[in-house]
Order: sequence, then structure tokens, then C-alpha cells
Amino acid sequence: MTCVHLLLTFIFTVSLGTPVEIHRPRGVPLTKRQFYEENKPFTCLDGSKTIPFDRVNDDYCDCKDGSDEPGTPACPNGSFHCTNAGYRPTFIPSSRINDGICDCCDTTDEYNSGAKCENTCKDLGRKEREVLQKMAEITREGFLLKRQLIEEAKKGKQEKQDKLTGMQDNKKQLDEKVEAMRTVKETAEQPEKEAKERHLKAWEEQMAAIRLEKDKAKMAEAFLELDDNADGVVSVSELQSHAELDPDADGTISETEAQGLMGGADQLDTSAFESVWTNIKDKYKSESQPVESAPVETPGEEVKEPVGDNDSEPYPEEDISEEDDEEEDEDDYHEEDDKAPPSITTPEKSQEDEEAMPPYDAETQALIDAAQMARDDFNEAEKALKEADDQIGNIEKELSFDFGPDAEFTYMYSQCYELSTSEYIYRLCPFNRVSQKPKYGGSETNLGTWGAWSGPENNKYLMMKYEHGTGCWQGPNRSTTVKLTCGKETVVTSTSEPSRCEYLMEFITPAVCQETSSSDPSTHTHVEL
Amino acid sequence: MAASCVSLLAVVVLFFCLSAHAVDRSNFKTCHQSSFCQRQRELKPGQSPYRALLDTLELSNSRLALQLINDNNKVRLLLELYRLQGNMTRLKINELKPLKPRYEVPDVLMADPLTEPLSVVVQDENGLVLSLGGAEQRLILNARPFRLDIIEGPQVLMSVNSRGLLAFEHLRARKDTKSESDTEETAGQENVGQQIDEIIEDEEKPGMWEEVFKTHSDSKPDGPSSISLDFSLPGVEHIYGIPEHADTLKLKNTDGSDPYRLYNLDVFQYELHNPMALYGSVPVLISHSTERTMGLFWLNAAETWVDISTSSAGQTMFGKMLDFVPGSSEAPQTDVRWMSESGIIDVFIMLGPKPTGRLHSVRFTHRAVDQGFDEHDIPYDFIWLDIEHTDGKRYFTWDPSNFPQPKDMLQGLMDKRRKLVAIVDPHIKVDSDYKIHSEIRSKNLYVKNKDGGDYEGWCWPGNAGYPDFTNPDMRAWWSSMFAYDQYEGSMENQHIWNDMNEPSVFNGPEVTMHKDALHGVWEHRDVHNLYGLYVQKATADGLIQRSRGVERPFVLTRAFFAGSQRYGAVWTGDNAAEWGHLKISIPMCLSLGLVGISFCGADVGGFFKHPSAELLVRWYQAGAYQPFFRAHAHLDTPRREPWLFGLENTALIREAIRQRYALLPHWYQLFYNTHHTGQPVMRPLWVEYPEDMVTFAIEDEYLLGKDLLVHPVTDEGAKGVTVYLPGKHEVWFDVHTFEKHDGAQTLYLPVAMSSIPVFQRGGSIICRKDRIRRSSSCMESDPYTLYVALSSQASAEGELYIDDFHSFNYEKKEFIHRRLSFSDGTLTSRNLAPDSQFSTSSWIEKIVIIGGVQPSSVTLTTADGAETALEFDFDSETAVLTLRKPGVNAGADWSVRLR
Repeated sequence: MTCVHLLLTFIFTVSLGTPVEIHRPRGVPLTKRQFYEENKPFTCLDGSKTIPFDRVNDDYCDCKDGSDEPGTPACPNGSFHCTNAGYRPTFIPSSRINDGICDCCDTTDEYNSGAKCENTCKDLGRKEREVLQKMAEITREGFLLKRQLIEEAKKGKQEKQDKLTGMQDNKKQLDEKVEAMRTVKETAEQPEKEAKERHLKAWEEQMAAIRLEKDKAKMAEAFLELDDNADGVVSVSELQSHAELDPDADGTISETEAQGLMGGADQLDTSAFESVWTNIKDKYKSESQPVESAPVETPGEEVKEPVGDNDSEPYPEEDISEEDDEEEDEDDYHEEDDKAPPSITTPEKSQEDEEAMPPYDAETQALIDAAQMARDDFNEAEKALKEADDQIGNIEKELSFDFGPDAEFTYMYSQCYELSTSEYIYRLCPFNRVSQKPKYGGSETNLGTWGAWSGPENNKYLMMKYEHGTGCWQGPNRSTTVKLTCGKETVVTSTSEPSRCEYLMEFITPAVCQETSSSDPSTHTHVEL
Repeated sequence: MAASCVSLLAVVVLFFCLSAHAVDRSNFKTCHQSSFCQRQRELKPGQSPYRALLDTLELSNSRLALQLINDNNKVRLLLELYRLQGNMTRLKINELKPLKPRYEVPDVLMADPLTEPLSVVVQDENGLVLSLGGAEQRLILNARPFRLDIIEGPQVLMSVNSRGLLAFEHLRARKDTKSESDTEETAGQENVGQQIDEIIEDEEKPGMWEEVFKTHSDSKPDGPSSISLDFSLPGVEHIYGIPEHADTLKLKNTDGSDPYRLYNLDVFQYELHNPMALYGSVPVLISHSTERTMGLFWLNAAETWVDISTSSAGQTMFGKMLDFVPGSSEAPQTDVRWMSESGIIDVFIMLGPKPTGRLHSVRFTHRAVDQGFDEHDIPYDFIWLDIEHTDGKRYFTWDPSNFPQPKDMLQGLMDKRRKLVAIVDPHIKVDSDYKIHSEIRSKNLYVKNKDGGDYEGWCWPGNAGYPDFTNPDMRAWWSSMFAYDQYEGSMENQHIWNDMNEPSVFNGPEVTMHKDALHGVWEHRDVHNLYGLYVQKATADGLIQRSRGVERPFVLTRAFFAGSQRYGAVWTGDNAAEWGHLKISIPMCLSLGLVGISFCGADVGGFFKHPSAELLVRWYQAGAYQPFFRAHAHLDTPRREPWLFGLENTALIREAIRQRYALLPHWYQLFYNTHHTGQPVMRPLWVEYPEDMVTFAIEDEYLLGKDLLVHPVTDEGAKGVTVYLPGKHEVWFDVHTFEKHDGAQTLYLPVAMSSIPVFQRGGSIICRKDRIRRSSSCMESDPYTLYVALSSQASAEGELYIDDFHSFNYEKKEFIHRRLSFSDGTLTSRNLAPDSQFSTSSWIEKIVIIGGVQPSSVTLTTADGAETALEFDFDSETAVLTLRKPGVNAGADWSVRLR
């Protein structure tokens, strides 16, 4: 029979050096002592019921709020107060009373379970004070470091500002220079263009004259060919032998059709043939040339090289090419474009026009060289301007980051901090990204890029959020939360993955150290006496 | 097949296994792809070629033996019949003179069953009639064709081979070797011994001597060896059992689909509602009608397929078999056909008439989990460690970086009175520096491949060997490895789970072992379904031995066979976080309970995928009322400790778990009863209401014992559920509101997220511990609250069982077992085990009487005759009377009188 009956505890403690004896039922905190008056009926703290005082802590739950059993496990919602003299007082759920597990350092929760508990409050208290002291020291030193960081950041920021101002001035000059060079370039290019056009036109005219001569010769040849009986005139029947000239393409040329082609005449002499020739020359096929060896008819379709006898895969290159190759290919094309002479001639024509354009005359070449020089100067100026722009952009970007209220986090910018675990090397590059690389081979995984400060409302600078890392198999993109705590050094101390693909990194830095109050830290520990 | 050792433990867990292969039905054979199944199924019902040779009859007191001959091929079989205690008949059929011995399953029956006398009543040239003892039960043996009918009075209970599907592929010489013996007639004669008739060989069919599935070849050195037998059950429309399948409780007709398959397989993220084989097999089938419940136990460990064909009343195909029972051809009938790849026919026919826990967490960061549960005041008993806890998947070792000091961790858990379950799988990494491997190899205890070398397959550690657990030497050695001085870092609060023991072989046919691998003289083909049972047995024996026989072991297994309940608990494998999987967990565990495996549960929340908060809450609520309660999830799924789903859901989950802990005394008592009677803890309604047809197909609600009816909510967004409350004269009380409902009615009940409907039967007394602590062992000495739900006759009965909760001392009569009964206004506690001795510090804190009237006074009488008035409180709205603090010891005699 182990009914636990009313148990009152008498606790002797020391307060302000004066011994005082306090009566209160087991498990009741000092603050509620007045509700438990011995020998007076007890009213549940929620007012729901009044019971005789001997039912307080009688190991049977009478009050719905559990207030009649502060010292027994009878109520499901009760709580037990451990005084824990020498350490911090605390409340535990009353289900932990007499369950065989020591929860209160003063052992008061296990008064009837047979569990052998030792009072560890003094030890814990001492350790806690030591820890607090150490923490305070670290905080103090950390805060001093932080001040330096702030100073450096201030200086650095000023330098950057100055540099930025300087660069912006420089940029203005560069802008002007670019404009000036542009004018020079355009001025030089105009005569170059005109000279080149003249040269081209002269050559084209020459070529047209040659083509006309060739056409005439061809006509004379055709006339001779058509004039089968060599009577100096082409007759209807002679024309009929050239089926390719058939206007309705039915394969034969009727007499009417032939007469139509011949402009109504029955026969044509050389001069009359001239007017007919313009109508038929496109269709006309020389008898001396086999029909099959006609010039390439549709050069446009032949751009893709026909693939040998592999008919299942007409364009195998497409399967092989990877992104990188494609990029290279593109580059190649550009280069070719640049190198190729400005050609408007089709392959057909070029075959026809055996002669290439003659080189520019010295005058034109001089104009071209002058223009090229102007272009080069202009490009150089433009490049310098772009570089200046980039530099300004970088500095502006850096200046735009929120490096904390006093810019104390500035020093981490463009730094990286590593933590090596048994399997991975974790890398935190503040304001940039977090990554993970297997120690023994394998590629790096992006655990998130800089998102924002994400600490609690009262101090958002206690946490950083990195987002949109590499995607997880059947899951979200990886992300990392970096928790910052005060320390003398700047070190990543641990990483974990509390939920799948959501990483947590512990990071210490002086930048979050707070100024300590001058008073002794040990007095902060509230000890109930 | 008696029930298991009780090792009552309680609650919570989380997780993990490994990344995985993909769901692929084509990895597993259909009947058509399993050549023996195809051959057997080609055989259609008709006249049996078998004839009983009555002149070979031998009859002793309890055994009948005679020969059967197949008139087509002249092969003779030996039939043996035994009459066993408990109204059972055992029927064995083997080849009379097999070319080599055929496998008979050992170690499954606890002992040779006790026999009862058997006598011939009538014998003539057509057959004979045997008396099966009392109850007018007779067995009629028809000689030509061979057929058995079991009758009771004028009623046929069961017919055997009435459809002529007895088929026995006799062992034969291989053709290429036989071609020589064809020329030497005498050699062939010698082979078949003294058989009188010359054997006419069956036509050769593809797959008889070699079978290829996907890239795997089965060499089949012994050729065809399959067996088949049919059973007809007139009057039966409802049959159950033959787990494990992710299917309805009531078995379906397999006409036009594949038969139900029994072949232990590692099926990844299994599909619901089909007859595919899963992790375990229990070849026990149960039939039920309003008249009687019968069972068939097909004792064979080879790949087995079961065809089921049920015809409703008036549609019986083989009505003529009943022609000597006038009028009964109108009755419905179920035909069952068993087909196994090898071994012998050994079947136990059970002729009625009687129809016959806890939540557990697995993860690396166990400390964080531990603290989490305490911070959120959620009780749990177990932390689970999956394969990652080992040093490179070498079982019996610890990962040096994550578990450098396993004993510190175990001690930390022990200080909180909690336990750990570590995984030990049966595949052993092939690594000469690994002690377990090198010793098994040097002792030559590995399973062999067909060529005699050590069988090696691919599993978690990479290349692995598979110990031959069918070998008693292997099992003994394995058990010895659990000794504290062998298993470094282990402590008494560490228990074990066996996963992958089908066995799983990633690169094997159907993700398991090649059938032509060798276990001593036997092929893996013969013993396959037994492998998992042996692994669990050897592990459980090891845990018992390490405590010198004092402590009860806890071993969870994924693969199982008939009898696995003796060695621990079973879970339903790698399920998914889907509503359908929550729903199917009920019939799956009910099926297992019916065939003896009561300690069953599903991974709460689903092993694969990510559950919604609603599904997780509903699953905790359902799981809290299933025998084995564990939350477990795949490593790749997001974390899902209960407190990661928001305050509200945390509170709901906490409440579900607390309900389970409060009921642990009741669970304990139910398991104690199961231990003695084999009755399932979790029961289909029809088990308790066998004449109520409405209950026969119910699988969305069930009974715990006979007194609690549970209807889990398994539909997303459900606003209400339809509950059937059985029993014409019963009343049922909602355990949350104490609202009273009459039995034999269907109710629509609105449901909120706060709980699932649970009812206590009027007429029952349930003992609870309402003080919920961090773990069940913290609650051992806590007081009891008795919930007395009055029947319509204002009476109630219940039991209370208490022991030390961890040792075998209950076998030495160290326990308390009491009967609690309420009648005529008096509740008494009476000793049911006067010859046992045990003392408890638990006492009776409160008595809650539901459905009664307000008394004017309540008097407690203790064993010494002293009387005390008890204070009480009566709530007239709910008719609930609460008696304040009787304060008597739970093991004492006492009574309480209401006036």
C-alpha cells in the first residue's frame, strides 16, 4: 500500500543571511504560498471547487486545474516547483514526480520512488556561474573586437566612398572620351564607306559588261545549234526539237506554241532571234551539255551536308553536341562571319563570275586603314568605360549590403569560413553563399545563396538565411540558416540538417557581441533563497 | 502454434532506412511466370486420376495410412491421417518412394501435436468411414476416385479432392541422364524401388528442368516437384487469412486473376488491393459462416499460390458432390486450391466450431529526438536505430563517428527508463576483417550456391553472405553473438529488429535468393518462407540467453511464417504516406491476428513519402489502437517528429499517444490472454459476433479483445464515419463522451480532428492508468482507474493482469491475475491465480461506473473485513458515477457496494 498522503515539507534556507523557516505544501512555489493555508479549506486556484486542506497533496486529483496536487503526480496538468537552492528554481510537469528519474537538482521530485538522486544544485550553480563568467569575458572581449570592426568598417566605408567618388569622376571623363572617339570614328568611316562603294560599283559595272558579252556569245551559239540545217534562220520545226522550251510543259511543242515563242513568225534570222532569245534563254538547254549536269538548282537546301549512308540518324551531331560545344560552335560561327569578306554573291553567281573583286586601290586602302584606327581607339575607350562601370557597380553593391547597424559585419564580406566534418567540408561565404563538398571526391553542393537577415524581430542580425540552393531529390531546394553568436573569433562551429535539405549552421563572431553592463554577471542569476 | 511471449512495451519512434530501388511490379512473378503455378493451373477440375488402394490400409490407434495410385502414370503416394486434439485432423500425402526425400517443414509446430483415437466405422470396396470422435463427425474416404468428405450429421463440412485437383509431381530422373536408363529397363526399375507398376512419365513441359525469370536462371536440378490439393467448403462464402497481402480482410475470388501468392519478398512501396506476395507468409486459411468457423493450415514453406472461388447460393458448379445430402446443393460454396512448388502435402484441418503493443523512434540524432519528446511532453519508450548506426552496415557494430560511445547513449536512455531497438539484418558484409563474416565463413555456415561455394548477393553493405539459419548450429552461434561480451556496446535495454530477412537480395530473382541455393541438403526453394522465422528465432533466443533466460526479448521482424508470434512482433513493411495505406493497415493486421500473429502494426505516417498533417494525426490516432505502435520514416523523407507539425497537431498527436499509454494495462492483459489462448488481440467483429452476417465483411472497424470497438478515421477531410455496433442485446459507450448506444445498429457519427470513435462494450471492465508519464516503465507502480461499463442487466466483468513487466518470472507463477465483476450493485475483485505470488505497489485510484444510477452510499470492504465509506460523484447528464480513491492495493481482495 503506497498511498501517498499529505506531505508538507519544511525547507530551511538562507535568505540575506537571516535564517527563516517557511511552511508550504510540497511543490508549491513561494509566490503561491498564500493560497495554501494550513488547516483552512483549500479552494482550487481556478475557483472551481473547495476541498478540506487534508486533500491537498493526498495523491488524488480533485481540482480540474491540478492545483490541489502540486506535490504528487495525481493530476494530469499539475506542475511541481523545485526550489533548487543554489541553482535556478524550476517547474516540472507533475507527471515527473516519483517516476524514478531525477529531474530537480535538489532531488525533491523523487521523494517516494526509490530513485537515488544526488543534490547537484550547488555544482550546477557553480558551473553555471563559471559559464556565465566566461561568457561575460568573451562578450567583453568580443565587444572590444567589435568596436575595432566598427572602426575599420567606418574607415573602409569612407575609403570605398572616396574611391567611388573618384571613379565616378573618372567615369565622366571616360564618357566624354568615348563620345569624342565615336565622332572621330564616324568621321573616318564616312569617306571609307564611300570609297568602298565606288570601288564595288566600278567592279560591278565591269562584271555586267562581261556578262552581256557572254550572253551574246551564248545566243549566237544557240542560234547555230537551233539552226540545224544551217540555213541562217531558225524554223518552227527546229525550235520544236527543244522540248524544254515547251510553254505548257506537256512535253511537246506544238506548231502554234513554237510560233508563239517566235513572236508569230515562221522563221527567224539572227537579229530577229535576239528578241526571242530573252524569252527562252532561261529554259534553253545546250545540246552539247548533258541535261543532268545542270548547275545546282537550290543551293539553300544544301546547307546541311548530306550524311553518308546513315539514314536512321540524319543529324547525329545534334545528339553528340553538349552545351559547351554549342557555345564554342557559336563562337566559331561568329569568327567566320567576321573573317569572311562581305559577300553578297550567291554560289551560283560566284561560279559564273570567275573573277574575284580586285584589291582596293591605294587611296581607298588608306581611307580604310584610317577608319580602322579610329574604330580601335573607340573600342578601347569603350572598354575602359565598361571596366570603370563594373568597378563602380561592385563598390555600389558592397555599399548596398546591410552590414549591420554599425557596419560591424563588413569584414566578413568576400571572406569564406570552413568547417570540416568527418564527411564534408562546409563553406560559409557571408553575403554570398553556403556550400558543402564531400571530403573524398564528389562535386560541391550549393546549400543556398544569400537571402536576408532573418533573426528575431528585436535583433534580425542574429540569423542569416541562404536560399535557393541545389534542389533535393523529390524535395525542395536546399537552404541554410546561419545562427550567429558572440565569440572572440570568427568560426563556423557546427552544421546540422534538422529537417531534410534545411541546414543549420552555428557561426560565432565578435560582430554580435553586446556591450556588457558593468555589474558582476553572477548577480544576474536569480537564485531563490 | 501457441502464442507469443508477452513483452509489453510502449511507444514512439522515428526512423530511417536507405535510398531505394523503384516500385516495379514486373520485378515479381505472376502465376503465369512461375512455371509450376502455370502447370498446376492448367489442370482443370474433373475426375481425379488418383485411386485409394484400400488393401494397403494400415490403422493404428491414432494413425491411418494407405496408398494412393495415379492411374495415369502409376506413381504411388502415401496418405496418412491423424486425429489431433482440439478437433483437428492432419492429412499428409507424400510419394511412397520418392527418388530422394522431400522436404517436411520442421520447427514450426511447438511440439508434435497430441493425437486422439481414430476408428473405422464402415469399410467396403468403395471406401471407408472413420469416426472423428464426438459431435457425429465422420470422415468418408471414397476410393475411386480418391476423395475425402468430412461430415457432421447430415452436413458436409469439407471435401478434399472433390474437384480432382490433387496433383503430385513425383521426383524423376533428369531426361539427359534418363535417356541412358531407358535402354536399361532394369536400372529404371531399381530407381523406383519395389513399385509394382511401371511409371509412365508425364509429358515434358517447358520450365520443368530450368526456369528463367528476367535475367535469372533457376537450374532446377531436381526437376518438377510441385504439389496441389483442392478443398471445397459447402455453405461457406467468407474466407480469411493467408497473410501477408495488401488486400481486403475477406479474401476475394481469384477466378480470372492471379491466385494469392505466399512467397516472402522485399516489395518496395507495395501496391494495394492485389494478391501479390509481400514480406511474410502464413499459410493458414479461415472459413466462417453463421454455422461454424474452420481452418486449414497448409504446412509448406515453398512458394505457394492459393486459388479461391466462391459461388453464391444456387450457383454451385459441383453441386453433384453433395448429392448424398439432399437439398444442400442450393447452398453457397467456396473452393480453395493450394499449390506449392516443392515439399509434401501436410495440412491441418481445424473443424471449429469456435470461431476462434505500443508505439516505438529511429534516427541518428537520437539525443535531440529524446529531448524533443520530453520538451513536448510526449511519452515514448523506444528509440530505433536503422542500418546507418552500424560501421559500414556491419551488424553488431557501431558507426565510430556517430556512435563512438554506444553505452553512454544506452545509459542515457536507461536513466530516462527508455529502451533502444537496433537493427540486425541477416545479410553479412563480405569483409575478411569483419569478425561475424570471417567466423561464419570459417565455420562453413553460409548458405551455398548451386555449385557449392558460399552464396553471395548484393544488399545494403554491398556484397554479402547469407547465414544458413535453417541450420541449428548457425542459429546457436548467432544467438551467442548477442551476449554482452560479444556484441560490444550493447546493454540490457537494447533490443533488436530484423529487417530484410525474406531474405532480400538486391540482385537476386524477385529481389530474393536463388531457389537453387543450398541449405545443407535442401534447396532454398524448399525452405524459403521459413528463413525469416529462423532469423527472428535465433535473434530472440540470443536476447534470452544474454540474460541467462531471465528477460523477455523484443525482436521485430519483417519476414514471418506461421509461428513467428513466438519470437516477437511484426510490422507491415515499407508502406507509404497515403490514406490508402492507413486504411489497409487495418485488414492487414486483422488477417495476421486471425492466423496467430497478434503483435502487428504499420509504420505510423507511412515509411515512404511525406504525410500531410491530417494524415499523420489520423495515423497516430489509428496506430494508438493497433498492437504494435511505431512511427518510422524513410531517411529521404522530411523529418516528422510530432512537434514539427504545429502546436495544434502536436497537441492532437500527444493526446492520441496518451490514450494509448492510459490503456497499456488493458493491452497487457489482452496480450496475456493471447499468450494463453492464441486469440487475436485485434479482432474482426465476426469473431465475437459469429452469427451476425453484417459483420462478416467489415474491415474499417475492429475489436480490441471483446470490449473495445475502434473505428479509425481513414478518409481525408472526413466529417463523419459510419459505425456498425454489433450485438442485439449489447450497449456500447463512447469512451470520450460516455454516450450510450444500442447494439445491432449502424450509426453515422460526426468526427472532429480531436479523436477517432472508440466504444467500450456495456458489461465490461477496463483497467487503465490515467497518469501518463514519459515512458511506460515510469508508470509501472502507478495506480489504476477502473472503467466499469454496465450492460443492460447492470452487470460487468473484466480482468487485471500484473507482473514485473519484463522477465520470465511470470512462468514461475509470479504474477497477479484478478477477475473484476460487477453485479447486483457490488463490484468485487477476486483472485484468478491463487497459487501465484506477486506483490505490486499499484493501487486503485478511482472507479468510474458508466451507465448506472446514483447511489445513496458507497461502501468499500477490504480483505480484513473493514468497511469504509467512499466519497463519490454522480454526473446525471452522462450517468457516470465516479468513486473517489478506494486506495486498495491492486493485488488485494476487496469489494465495493453501491446502495
